[in-house]
Amino acid sequence: MTWVNAVIQGLLLGGQYALIACGLSLTFGVMRIVNLAHGDLAVCGAYLGLVLSSSLGVPVWYVLPLLLPAAFGVGLVLQTLLFGRAMRHGVLAPVLVTFGLSVMIENLLQVAATSDPRGLAGGSLALASFRIGSHITVSWLFMTAFLTACAVLSGLQLLLSRTSWGRKVRATADDPDTARLVGIKVRAVFATVAGTAVATAALAGIFIGTIGTFDPLAGSSTLIFAFEAVVIGGIGSLWGTLVGGMALGVTQVVVGQVNQAYAVLAVHLLFLAVLAVRPAGLFASHQAAREVRGSGALG
Amino acid sequence: MKRTAVPVAGTGESGAGQPVTVSRWSRTATGFTGVAVVAVVVLAAVPYFAGGPAEQPLITLLTFVAMASQWNLLAGFSGLTSFGQNAYIGVGAYALYLVARQGVNPFAAIILAAIIAAVISLPTSALVLRLSGGYFAVATLVVAAVFQIAATLSPSVGGTTGVSVPGLAGYGPVLREALTYWATLAVAVVSVAGVYLLVRRTFGLDARAVGSDPVAAASTGVRVGRIRRLAYLVAAGGAGAVGALIALQTLYVEPTSVFNIQYSVYMLFMVLIGGMGTIEGPVLGALVLFALQETLSSYGAWYLVIVGGLAVIATLAASRGLWGLVSDRFGWSLLPVGYQVRRPRG
Amino acid sequence: MSTAAPEPPLEVTGVDVFYGDFQALFGVSLAVTRGRATALVGANGAGKTTLLRTIAGAQAAASGSVRYAGSDLTAAPPHRRISRGIALVPEGRKLFGSLTVEENILVGAAAAASSDWPLDRIYGTFPMIARRRRQRASTLSGGEQQAVAIARALAAAPTLLLLDEISLGLAPRVVGELYQTLAELREAGATLLIVEQDLRRAMAACDDLVCLLEGRVVLAAPVPAVTREQVVAAYFGLRSREGRT
Repeated sequence: MTWVNAVIQGLLLGGQYALIACGLSLTFGVMRIVNLAHGDLAVCGAYLGLVLSSSLGVPVWYVLPLLLPAAFGVGLVLQTLLFGRAMRHGVLAPVLVTFGLSVMIENLLQVAATSDPRGLAGGSLALASFRIGSHITVSWLFMTAFLTACAVLSGLQLLLSRTSWGRKVRATADDPDTARLVGIKVRAVFATVAGTAVATAALAGIFIGTIGTFDPLAGSSTLIFAFEAVVIGGIGSLWGTLVGGMALGVTQVVVGQVNQAYAVLAVHLLFLAVLAVRPAGLFASHQAAREVRGSGALG
Repeated sequence: MKRTAVPVAGTGESGAGQPVTVSRWSRTATGFTGVAVVAVVVLAAVPYFAGGPAEQPLITLLTFVAMASQWNLLAGFSGLTSFGQNAYIGVGAYALYLVARQGVNPFAAIILAAIIAAVISLPTSALVLRLSGGYFAVATLVVAAVFQIAATLSPSVGGTTGVSVPGLAGYGPVLREALTYWATLAVAVVSVAGVYLLVRRTFGLDARAVGSDPVAAASTGVRVGRIRRLAYLVAAGGAGAVGALIALQTLYVEPTSVFNIQYSVYMLFMVLIGGMGTIEGPVLGALVLFALQETLSSYGAWYLVIVGGLAVIATLAASRGLWGLVSDRFGWSLLPVGYQVRRPRG
Repeated sequence: MSTAAPEPPLEVTGVDVFYGDFQALFGVSLAVTRGRATALVGANGAGKTTLLRTIAGAQAAASGSVRYAGSDLTAAPPHRRISRGIALVPEGRKLFGSLTVEENILVGAAAAASSDWPLDRIYGTFPMIARRRRQRASTLSGGEQQAVAIARALAAAPTLLLLDEISLGLAPRVVGELYQTLAELREAGATLLIVEQDLRRAMAACDDLVCLLEGRVVLAAPVPAVTREQVVAAYFGLRSREGRT
């Protein structure tokens, strides 16, 4: 593969990372929760996609109309029963609860599905590619993932800026107390945001499963990559997660060209470098960056 | 054991003008300390009267106690929810290997491993402590991932295959096991006592202030950054000692086992179930985890599902843990970190 | 024709409010008459904000009741109270900084009681902010922000408007304009409950006056029936000392 090809593939890979990251960013932006089970929920999406597509005998894309609403529902339930309660128990509780949830999900998947890596049936789309010029080959799957990510990010951005729901979400993110005071049903806002986040996670999981393989413990590394994309791109910025994702993707693929074993390490080191030099990320909103740094910025 | 008599302005009725006593210790606490000292002596004597079959489970339990106490210092007192302590457990294990390879006695090397882990945590802390809360938690996961990958990519420490711990060939199995046991007991006692003594001092108050409201703490002059760094360093050193112990216990150091995130899961569970922010809690939590492991380990992955589930329930329903329930009900404080104010009798 | 006084739409009876172990309100009772403006005065910490927040539903009452327009709203969440016609302009304005002026106002209509206050009417009442409708709320001046906060509450089409310290930090001229707007709202039949530090303004703008001291009602009377001295005495709790004014 040529260098140009590697960079392009890396940029497209960034779309996938953005797709998994945007839900994490949304959850933090509105509820101030870092959902440590986010990666595992994406993996659950992949497993559910596997179950549905193999029992119905169709490529996984056809089951999305079933899968995404189900994922949205799961998010609603998780927020109402678990995260919402955790939020009322102080600042540390959501971190502890989401980590505990992550452990439960990973091990339940191990019980249900064994540790063997699986793949999703992507149909003909998964194998096709097209050429640009004489040196560049682009996989349709990567391109679809990237375009989907852009579509989701645009969609979310539109929803947030143009709809009544979006206004309520942004108001709640600014000041949940006052939002409740002016008549916004804050619990409903939290629930729908969580639902949206899990739905995007499930969609990302489908792409992860189609492009590569997945196993019950893949959630951790997925979470870490999503997190890194959010931090590099800038906390509080949805499109920032795309930039962050692309930075991760390019690093991973380009370094992988030189030495595959070092690819993931290089990504983590990039994240640590950004953390050292510009902890707020590239496009952070001031308020969000301040909150994430929290006491890290004091003395 | 200072007792201070503080004159209190009368409130009219019975307490008018009588001094109340302010003291750290109560009879229960004094009694308990005596019992604890006796217990440690008894535990130290176990290799003499009970031998191998008793040592093995106690080694597991004492390792749990050490891990739980250390994580409590981090998360329970200082509000630093790190899920990446397994990074330093791994560092400690590899450090033990490297030091022992130089000819240092492996048991003495435990201390060196702890120091090495603490030193490595210095630059790391400069990075991860820029974040707090959930973001800090994930950053610690990244650090653990980096250390694990670095170990996997280093042929000098065996890469993915790992290495066996040198320097133990000279010991007979009975002696080696006894020495490992004593080393584990020592680390456990130092962890619990160390955290206790640290928390009794101003550091303890400062750490709790930082843990509950860093901005308010900073505004009263608490050096928030310093407190967090100190807690992180001490916990890293402690985890390094635990890692060295684990290397001695299993005689083999290999990336996926010494960097296993399971250790972080255990720490979280023990401290949550036992009671965050108390000294007694983690010990109780270690006992519970030990009991669970003995009964459920045959169920494979279900064991961890239950552990995770109980941690979630504990956070939501019993946020002060089992020890919190007990001490609220009975008013006990076996290892007091605060002060009690008592009215005089009669 | 009935000669009985009209039933007061807002009735707060025996309300106790606690913040943890600290009791902020002790058996507070209050009635606000329809179409009239009531001033709620008292020193800092007297419980005025707590009382307004309790009426609006942002704070739970440990005991007592809040009734409005015939319904018992004691346990109702804020959005239900808003749809019944109660809206609060909170202390410190509390605008949503990342939203524009117009978005802030639209959000206020989330649970609106009726559509009596569409955007046009609001902009007509506050022409100063109409010009800035697309600006982010955090970029406005103090007086403009206060106007937006009131506008946001009006968007809910309230019949009872609660206002908490709207004059804080604003120049007198600006405060004067805001109070002018409030007078216009009263002309149009609104009922107002105003917390105000400035006694002179409070007594000039309102028909009734309630004074709180350390969480208790110490004075409740129509404004013409009390002198400023009596109010000041109640304000500082001077009246109980024997031999002193």
